[in-house]
Amino acid sequence: MKRKDNAFFRWFFGETDTMLGRVEMRPQQEYTETASDIREVMQDSLTQDQTGDEEDFVLIRVFHRLYRVAAVFFCVALIAVLLINVSWLPKNGGADNPVNNEVSARYIESGLQETGAVNIVTGMILDYRAFDTFGESNVLFIATVTVLILLRLDKEKKAPAKKGMPVYQRPKDELTIAQAQSRDRIYEPKNNVILQVVAGFLVPILFIFGIYVILNGHLSPGGGFSGGAIIGAGLILYLNAFGFEKTERFFTEKTYKWVSFFSLTFYCLAKSYSFFTGANHLESGIPLGTPGAILSSGLILPLNICVGLVVACTMYAFYALFRKGGF
Amino acid sequence: MPFVQNFPFFSIILSMFSGIVSAVLPARAAKWVNGVLIGTVGVLSAILLVYLMGTKEAFVYWMGHFPAPWGNEIRAGALEAGMALFFCVILLLSMLGGQKKLVGEVEYSKHNLYYILVDLLLSSLLALVYTNDLFTAYVFVEINTIAACGLILIRQNGRTIEAAVRYMIMSLLGSGLFLLGLCTLYDLTGHLLMSNIREAVAQLSRQQAYTVPLLTTIGLISAGLAIKSALFPFHTWLPDAYGYSTVSSAAILSSLVSKGYIFLLIKIFYRVIGFEIIGESKVINVLFVFGLMGMVFGSLSAIRENDIRRMIAYSSVAQIGYIYMGLGLGTQIGIVASVFHILSHAATKSLLFISAIGLTDVSGGSRKFLDLTGAGYRNKLAGVAFTVGSLSMVGVPMFSGFVSKLLFMEASLGHAIKMFPALLVLALSTILNAIYFMKTVIRLYVPDKRPDFGQITMKDEKLYAATLICFIALNVTLGMFSQPIVNWIRTGLSVFG
Amino acid sequence: MLGPNLFANYGEAVAIILFGIGFSNLLLQKNLIKKIIGLNIMDTAVYLYLAEKGYIDGRVAPIVTNGVQEVGAYINPVPSGLVLTGIVVSVSVTALMLSLTIRLYRRYHTLDLDEISTRLKKEGL
Repeated sequence: MKRKDNAFFRWFFGETDTMLGRVEMRPQQEYTETASDIREVMQDSLTQDQTGDEEDFVLIRVFHRLYRVAAVFFCVALIAVLLINVSWLPKNGGADNPVNNEVSARYIESGLQETGAVNIVTGMILDYRAFDTFGESNVLFIATVTVLILLRLDKEKKAPAKKGMPVYQRPKDELTIAQAQSRDRIYEPKNNVILQVVAGFLVPILFIFGIYVILNGHLSPGGGFSGGAIIGAGLILYLNAFGFEKTERFFTEKTYKWVSFFSLTFYCLAKSYSFFTGANHLESGIPLGTPGAILSSGLILPLNICVGLVVACTMYAFYALFRKGGF
Repeated sequence: MPFVQNFPFFSIILSMFSGIVSAVLPARAAKWVNGVLIGTVGVLSAILLVYLMGTKEAFVYWMGHFPAPWGNEIRAGALEAGMALFFCVILLLSMLGGQKKLVGEVEYSKHNLYYILVDLLLSSLLALVYTNDLFTAYVFVEINTIAACGLILIRQNGRTIEAAVRYMIMSLLGSGLFLLGLCTLYDLTGHLLMSNIREAVAQLSRQQAYTVPLLTTIGLISAGLAIKSALFPFHTWLPDAYGYSTVSSAAILSSLVSKGYIFLLIKIFYRVIGFEIIGESKVINVLFVFGLMGMVFGSLSAIRENDIRRMIAYSSVAQIGYIYMGLGLGTQIGIVASVFHILSHAATKSLLFISAIGLTDVSGGSRKFLDLTGAGYRNKLAGVAFTVGSLSMVGVPMFSGFVSKLLFMEASLGHAIKMFPALLVLALSTILNAIYFMKTVIRLYVPDKRPDFGQITMKDEKLYAATLICFIALNVTLGMFSQPIVNWIRTGLSVFG
Repeated sequence: MLGPNLFANYGEAVAIILFGIGFSNLLLQKNLIKKIIGLNIMDTAVYLYLAEKGYIDGRVAPIVTNGVQEVGAYINPVPSGLVLTGIVVSVSVTALMLSLTIRLYRRYHTLDLDEISTRLKKEGL
């Protein structure tokens, strides 16, 4: 046991807190409000009074009125047209509506044999129509990218200087990291005992439930997205109760980056393989297993795990970015 | 199956994969990945185009192990492959032209995020071009929207963020309508693959069943996509978004993003509803009227504008109007004219944006016309490029805009009732175009020795100069050798449905 | 004008009315947070509409139980799958809108979009 100082081994050999000795375990400092903090918080309401020009003329106001009347009229007309549309649609719940044709019939009748998934919906979205679902996880990915662009506060890093290239100047009114952190302390819950006790009780249950939902995505209702959202909710609860100091021990921006990178890469490669073999009429060679077992239904289980990881990390990342612009 | 038929799938997956990989790469590597990606996709599309022009028919590619009504599929014909190639060329040139500005306007640590956005934008454009499934189209429309929003706000000041909010609101209204139309269409037919929906719709229209819902559906889908592509009354977000974002973004947004939606709409007309049914429905008349209004009011707003980039942005409103007018004619030749105008407008508008940035650089960074006086002498190549773009927009022979105007003219002559208003508005809009573009060009060449503004020559910025020359060449090629291109569009449309 | 099935399709009718409410909120509210709420109502209404499309009287959710694999036993699985995909899209879009709102609020200390526009004009950027 020479390498017992390694965090992983210490965890493996049963020490509870692997970071013990590196992170302080004492409760967070009590936050005291100073006059300048109060002024900063009050500034929002102060600046609001200064606007609203009196010189804004009657004409503009009349135009706005007219615009609103026209818009309300448009919305009512839209609802009316759509209701008429609904009244002409086939009767709800009828078994011989045009929707219930050979497509859904095959999904139900041979979905179990062709995809191996007991949950027909999961089989449909991750096998028959997998391209949509891959696009959907890309929607989540690109939304995270835009949120990062908007809210991530970076340390100032200069581009490698080159002759003749312009230099980026950060606008003066942008928050710095230090400001964001001090602001975060203002709004952060302050060692709320009730919250901490409840979180200590709930968070493990949430994690286990989330993992269960992900792993059983092909057997019962649920799947990667719902399970990932549950785990993400657990992470956010933990963060709210114990603060960033505790979560940063196991979840930083690097964790987020690499977890989502590996999950999406695996997703992309696995699905590319399946699309490529499918289109070229080759055997994919992935065993489907016995329907109903946990290890069954080919690629669906690993894909669900990937989606779950991405979603859990993304939910946590959204929250952390919204709150203080970083992890 | 010939191996070349894998290429559409490769281009889509490759661009998505590059986006995912760029997330962990440093900015310089992400830039190279992006450039190599666009080049590779361009080459793949070119090979595919050659192959498809040889076979003269379209092919279907399964996305998975299941055949038509059950699985998901993509479909490629000559038109799609050519569009993909063209999009790649414009994207590459726009990225190169705005490279230098990007360094000055975007924080260095966020550069790799910008390249992710561009990679995923390319993947969504390719998917919109190739897909044969309506719901997949919806998902990629959303990727396109979010990517476009990211492109607007990568340069962060109050204007761009406000423009991004307005853009998102309009787009979300559009997506809501589009999704509702899609659901109704699914309810009526029970299919999501485009070719299968068309068979079902044709059967319904033969039986005269569900006429009301069918009409509403066409209306909802067209309205949704028209809102998203900034057709006239829904263009309020456009001038700020194009005018203040970084220049590559402005060029990409004006020439590619809105064109992706329009291409999808054309595809829906041909492949989902069926061209005969569209021609009989009243919806295209509405599109026609709004197109005409856009042609006039967009130009009028452009004349009033005192800021060169916002003026170019308003001119986009007018040009989108042209495209919808062509669609609204409801004839085959009208569609040919619209598709050609998609190409010609994309080539010209990105040229105008890129060259305008060269002109404002030599005017102390100001975009007001007063400061731009004589800028054509201070940056000669940018002045020439802007002039070429303006001439093309006005419709002077030799340049691409002339051919598209000619095609629109020819198309409107073939329609008994819509001929008169279409020709009238075309003439009016050409005059208005001439007013504001010629005003600008004359302003650029009024002699004005202002020593405080420096000069930029070709040697200072080789990459920028090369980009402009490529753009000018592209524009002239479209204008001079239009016949093969029109023939290609005709062949493509004949196997499009 | 009105078709025969308005009352039989009451589920869809409710979905449409909710869609209209969300649509008008997104279009007319000045407050950005209310706009986002409108957006969410609109999206959820579309999912309700879709879910109604898949429903068939007297059948159960499409998860194979006891090895029964008859068409007559389960509802249509396709709309459920589409709803799943749609939800992710709406989550992403909501996150994006919220972060835009945060940025605008940090800069202008107001959530009113018209107010922000007037201030922008005053800044004269």
